[in-house]
Amino acid sequence: MTADVFRATGIGKSYPGVRANDDVSFSVAPGEIHALLGENGAGKSTLVKMIYGLVRPDQGQMFLSGAPHAPHDPRAARAAGVAMVFQHFSLFDALTVAENVALGMENPPPRRELSARIAQVSRDFGLPLNPARRVVTLSAGERQRVEIIRCLLQDPRLLIMDEPTSVLTPQEAELLFATLRKLAGQGTAILYISHKLDEIRGHCDRATILRHGRVVDSCDPRAHSARELAAMMVGGTMRQIDRSGRQAGEVMLEVAGLSLPAPTREGTALKDVTLTLRAGEILGIGGVAGNGQEELLAALSGEARSAPGRILLEGRDLSASGPDARRRAGLLAAPEDRLGHAAVPDFSLTENTLLTAGPRKGLVRRGMIDHRGARRFAEEVIAAFDVRTPGPGTAAKALSGGNLQKFVIGREVMQAPRVLIVNQPTWGVDAGAAAAVRQSLLDLARQGAGVIVISQDLDELLELSDRFSALNEGRLSPPVPTEGLTLDRIGLMLGGAHGMEEARI
Amino acid sequence: MMIDPLSVFLVLLGAATPILFAALGELVAERAGVLNLGVEGMMITGALAGFAAAYASGNPFLGFATAAVAGAAISLLFAALTQVFLSNQVASGLALTLFGLGLAAMLGKPFEGVRAPVMPAGPLRINWIVWLGLVMVPAIWWFLNRTRRGLILRAVGENHDAAHALGYNVRLTRLAAIAFGGAMAGIGGAFISIATVLQWTEGMTAGAGWIALAIVVFSNWTAPGVLAGAWLFGGVTVLQLRLQAAGVAVPVQLLSMAPYLATIIVLVAMSARQKFSRRAGGAAPGSLGTNFHALR
Repeated sequence: MTADVFRATGIGKSYPGVRANDDVSFSVAPGEIHALLGENGAGKSTLVKMIYGLVRPDQGQMFLSGAPHAPHDPRAARAAGVAMVFQHFSLFDALTVAENVALGMENPPPRRELSARIAQVSRDFGLPLNPARRVVTLSAGERQRVEIIRCLLQDPRLLIMDEPTSVLTPQEAELLFATLRKLAGQGTAILYISHKLDEIRGHCDRATILRHGRVVDSCDPRAHSARELAAMMVGGTMRQIDRSGRQAGEVMLEVAGLSLPAPTREGTALKDVTLTLRAGEILGIGGVAGNGQEELLAALSGEARSAPGRILLEGRDLSASGPDARRRAGLLAAPEDRLGHAAVPDFSLTENTLLTAGPRKGLVRRGMIDHRGARRFAEEVIAAFDVRTPGPGTAAKALSGGNLQKFVIGREVMQAPRVLIVNQPTWGVDAGAAAAVRQSLLDLARQGAGVIVISQDLDELLELSDRFSALNEGRLSPPVPTEGLTLDRIGLMLGGAHGMEEARI
Repeated sequence: MMIDPLSVFLVLLGAATPILFAALGELVAERAGVLNLGVEGMMITGALAGFAAAYASGNPFLGFATAAVAGAAISLLFAALTQVFLSNQVASGLALTLFGLGLAAMLGKPFEGVRAPVMPAGPLRINWIVWLGLVMVPAIWWFLNRTRRGLILRAVGENHDAAHALGYNVRLTRLAAIAFGGAMAGIGGAFISIATVLQWTEGMTAGAGWIALAIVVFSNWTAPGVLAGAWLFGGVTVLQLRLQAAGVAVPVQLLSMAPYLATIIVLVAMSARQKFSRRAGGAAPGSLGTNFHALR
């Protein structure tokens, strides 16, 4: 057996009421890209946090290149040769690229030397970056480059990547894998967390599968189908999505020449957005974050008003109407940020129900709240969408991401909208909940509603939508049928990766 | 009527110093992500403690040192509340101001009516503490922008979750920043009692702490900006005093109002501009005023 870079034996960690990790053992060889697979809550994040010194294990031992590895904080882990790229970027918006990199290093060189080294590493790996730029001005892909370069400058023995491609275009993801391959070729061990099965099958050498905090299997992902991997993850077969029984009907929603200035300095202006949505149809809108998704949702939901004649629901001009008027007319929306935008964190589920379902379900009469009705409707949503919660009196913030997502989508779907617009409906949601949310959108379309799905998950869009449009810098491309569309083609529609074409072609 | 610009500038330096100290201290605290509204309370604490020590020892410099310690000590009360018990920063800061004002009024009774020892003048016949304040401006700028500790402090203020994830001690960094802010506010307050008024009066800081807080915002969270703000306030203060003395036909109330009015007007104008240029330069720290709770 070759000397492993990293080995864990019998790792266990408990939180009050939860066994996050139980007797976890696995090892990573030099030059290996090792996938850690599992649903949300399977214990992947806790496990890597222990390796990175953010959390301490209750039981078990870890070894790095044969030596015991028990870091008491991330600095100790970094000194030992562990680097980590976080799922939610651990970057500082107001600081420059060089300052961000310096913060991730133990003994950063003087500023000028550091800038030179950043420039050099970014050239070596084909990851263009300007050290003097402020992070706030960077795209998601560029931000990730900052994190990766921060890791590379420390010559790590073990590089941990926590769901790194969730915000990248296919081209950017390819570039990332090329970088990882190069690193692995130099002997770095890479621990790769993801729930994108195709990605893991295409690029990882080995996979360890976690379920409920335990290692349930270990395999060569290239030798298994995505379906088999998913089955290992959830411990049963996945339900196939049912797309059948839908017919395109009357035009439900028409948007013509919708232009809106950017709401904030960092926002995106909508430029001449035109689309038509028919009954029973699902229109998928893809694009890299920050290209106008939030602005488009706001314009359609009524949060932002537009000039007359821009937004027509079944022929009725709703351009100047606010969200409540649009809800009454049947145009509903579920925004991306579930905690804070779609739901008020400190409100109970019943109260959150009232916020969007009030007008359409008649839960407010003469200015008075119908509490009993609201509670009943909240209970219906909880039952129909299998929201795991003690009851409708629970505060929204107490729900897990997946459960709250099921609730906010369910709240809109159960109001029987004529048109529903959702943004990132399954962001950060585990496979089971994601499948349930997607099926509910398909079912809604089957009942004759029009659905617009805005998402950065291209697999999701291909799975759900009948037609696909790309949103790029506030412009919406003409729709193309999803049938026969490849990820490559979509990548090109998204305008490729920011500033990457030259480096690649 | 003659107003000599040079003499106005020299007096301005003195008038600006208490606010300069307090605002520089608050600047450091806010860059670490802490909104401490207790500046007024820390200033009055420093004013009394400094005056008492200077009076008892006959040494004004010992007074300033005591003021710094007293300011830092009372600020740790706020630090304990917000950083250890995670109570709301706005409420705790307001409580600190009320507590400081009340405590100083009570403990200050024995010192009413006595005079502070005379301070020896520094170079160019400008007070040593004024010099110290002027030196602190580039020193703090350099600390924040050029040192590792300064970078960590800004990182903690910008995104405490990310700073924690990278292994930096958010709580300790903030405790240190709060204590530094308290010491600076204490010195600022003592300058009023020891070097300007030369005696102790209840409530003698007269809102300077609030102006300091406003100036930090107006400065766009930069040390040179704080200096500009302090000089603006100090300048208008001196000017209106001179105008009063010269007997200009403007109601005294209006003149007394002028420094506050001018500061507020500039503040509003700057904020309106910053609303659109946010993040172009150094704007409000991302985690300002929010408490950090680490999950282990």
